[in-house]
Amino acid sequence: MHAYANPARFLKIARPLTPICLVVGILLILIGSYAGLALTPPDYLQGDSVRILYIHVPAAWLGMGGWTGIAIASIVQLVWRHPLAGVAARAIAVPGALFTAICLVTGSIWGRPTWGTWWEWDGRMTSMLVLLFLYFGYIGLANASDDRTSVSRATAIFGIVGAVNIPIINRSVVWWNSLHQGPSITLRGSTISSEILWPLAPTVIGFSLFFGGIVLMRMRANLAQAKVEARMRRLAAA
Amino acid sequence: MNHWPFIIAAYALTGLGTLGVFVWSYLEMRRAEQAVSKLERSR
Repeated sequence: MHAYANPARFLKIARPLTPICLVVGILLILIGSYAGLALTPPDYLQGDSVRILYIHVPAAWLGMGGWTGIAIASIVQLVWRHPLAGVAARAIAVPGALFTAICLVTGSIWGRPTWGTWWEWDGRMTSMLVLLFLYFGYIGLANASDDRTSVSRATAIFGIVGAVNIPIINRSVVWWNSLHQGPSITLRGSTISSEILWPLAPTVIGFSLFFGGIVLMRMRANLAQAKVEARMRRLAAA
Repeated sequence: MNHWPFIIAAYALTGLGTLGVFVWSYLEMRRAEQAVSKLERSR
């Protein structure tokens, strides 16, 4: 892990990896979305509204996965003092918040024709909304510090403590009565017909690669800005 | 109920959001890396 602690070594890998993640990611999103909108049949119960699945599920996965990434990076920063952990955690926060918001909005749009309501204060939706507020809090805390190459100890602890919400979101449809359907994709398989399910694979992989590309761009921006600021400070001190 | 306006709205909002974060992140990265190159050239 510390082999990539050197920002110069990290940038050598990140520079060619960024366009690969973005181009392959966008292509897979387009392929999966086209298949989901044009090639799959409507669901026997939900009708055409099931097509929102292909963007809603990747958004939910990335909202939760993003916070898991922040929590892991925070542990790595606090325990091993890895110099890139804070940069990574900072870079994940904004796209993580965006995909959490997309998950909430697309879920709400899906809910209106399917359940007859835009919103319900049940376990799944409320815990996802809490995740969005956690992201806002994290972004605010991280931006309170001028140092772009790390986050404060309090911000890192907030990132770790906030991860308590991730298993709550995951299990919410099991623990509480909910309008939201139960877990339909588990390690044991899927209850969704393969005819409807298959475009989800390209959109989940595509959005994940796209998310990775955005995180790499934001990490590169933070590292470059930190370099310029350090140089300015040296010049001012000289 | 016609579901297609809901589907179009969901995809359009997702497209706008992802395009927005892409443009913002790209411009921020380009600006920062150009500032570093300028700094290295002026050394």
